[in-house]
Amino acid sequence: MIALEKAGPLCTVQDLGRPGHRASGMPLAGAMDRLALAGANLLVGNPPGAAGVELSLVGGTWRFEEETLAALCGADMAATLEGEPLAPWCSFRAPRGASLVLGHARSGVRAYLAVRGGIDVPAVLGSRSTYTRARVGGLEGRALRGGDRLPVGAARGRAPAPRRWPGAPPPCGGPIALRAIPGPQEDRFTAEGIATFFSESYRVGPANDRMGYRLLGPPVAHLNGADIITDALLPGAVQVPGSGEPIVLMADAQTTGGYARIATVIGPDLRLLAQARPGDEVRFRPVDQAAAVGALRQERRLLASLARPARGP
Amino acid sequence: MAAPAPRILPQGECGLVVELGEAIGDAVNARVHALARAVREELGDRVEEVVPGYRALLVIHDPLRTPRAGLVRRLRALAARVPEQEAPPPPRVVRVPVRYGGAPGPDLEEAARLCGLSAGELVARHTAPVYRVHMLGFTPGFPYLGGLDPRIAVPRLAAPRTRIPAGSVAIGGEQTGIYPVESPGGWRILGRTPLRLFDPSPGAAHPFLLAAGDGLRFVPVDDAAYAEVERAVAAGAFEPEQERPARGGAR
Repeated sequence: MIALEKAGPLCTVQDLGRPGHRASGMPLAGAMDRLALAGANLLVGNPPGAAGVELSLVGGTWRFEEETLAALCGADMAATLEGEPLAPWCSFRAPRGASLVLGHARSGVRAYLAVRGGIDVPAVLGSRSTYTRARVGGLEGRALRGGDRLPVGAARGRAPAPRRWPGAPPPCGGPIALRAIPGPQEDRFTAEGIATFFSESYRVGPANDRMGYRLLGPPVAHLNGADIITDALLPGAVQVPGSGEPIVLMADAQTTGGYARIATVIGPDLRLLAQARPGDEVRFRPVDQAAAVGALRQERRLLASLARPARGP
Repeated sequence: MAAPAPRILPQGECGLVVELGEAIGDAVNARVHALARAVREELGDRVEEVVPGYRALLVIHDPLRTPRAGLVRRLRALAARVPEQEAPPPPRVVRVPVRYGGAPGPDLEEAARLCGLSAGELVARHTAPVYRVHMLGFTPGFPYLGGLDPRIAVPRLAAPRTRIPAGSVAIGGEQTGIYPVESPGGWRILGRTPLRLFDPSPGAAHPFLLAAGDGLRFVPVDDAAYAEVERAVAAGAFEPEQERPARGGAR
């Protein structure tokens, strides 16, 4: 068990989401920064999609009830273990009874705590991800609070040694440029509207959550109104309602939508927005399928290298 | 009937939108569901998920496993084989008990007034048709239903409610549906069903009451019948009543 003694503002159990039930209206959910959760899992020898804890803005205070191999990836929350500073993006061995204290994120928003064996709450429709709007998954379908205790699953095989992220850690926070594939409804916008979207800079607005990020900036002009016949959408979709200000849909996005979508942020770049705060600058850069697939391949290679740690000579 | 060629549009590197029409209707939606079945059957090992909409199908794939160009060709070929046709009868018609009006249906009187009908006349028109579940979305298990009598279409509320109880049956514009989980919303609430459209408990045998393509009929019930179904649902002993497809499909 790991115990949450003092909780931050939004702390939930997440894995890589609940695919396979979109046709029934079930959102994907899962980690907002998928690379950070998958990486934290691989650092402790878990499968990439094991359940961990997503911490937002403030990490809170945790206690390990047994000796545990754990990892922290994502936003740097100035973590200390028994008072000793921990580097972000690394795994560490926590002795039985050890206290892990995380403060405010110094950069970025979300950090991920993975433990060897994974967080072992009951799976709902094949996933342990918390989707609070429908009270699904995680611990009773809700955000965690002080006093909660989370069961840790059994691990198979030999535990890897504690280690750091190989090379430079992925960026978290600061101005971002998001690669996006135009469409599916770019024909619902004027040429000027499309030029505005891909050339101007936007800022993350105050209204953002696990469902979507509303951006502030020059309005994107529609050709003939913002409404389309409701159909299925994916996280990363950039919908533009009548106001002209784009909304980027995130992990908890509903499965269907009725606003025209000008573009879709590519999967590997969505984590950059998940780590952005209100006021941060966001730009969009159009890319084609080949460039997006290249980025995806690069991300998979990075994760594969974490799964097979390099051995010394 | 000839099958109009679809428009296939990208939705990110993992999504393809196959658009089969420009408007909402039973025939185009039936073609969407027929194509969804064909994709699941014939390309099931190459695609991750298919998500039907009113007139479009979203096909989700892993582009490192199933490259896009080949998948687009396969989807075009499949769509050409799935003709536009009159919607077949729904495979089943689920009967949904509803307590109309009163506290569970705070907008019934106002909605009836907007239509120039009595509350009883509105309920009669709402319970007459067999609706079709065109798609699910918005929240887990929320059915977008086709078949609302245009005479009882009413505009959405000017100011949406922040909390609508689970089970609320409502009309918004030309659409009618059921809120499966407590959520915000702007449709006018006519009543409530004790059925659970979505059951989030781990290990639930049937987490979703409805599937796209189903038929659905609203059945008015009184407080006593509502309470009886509610108790059975809470005890996990409730099996929704189904009509034989022939009865529902003929309408």
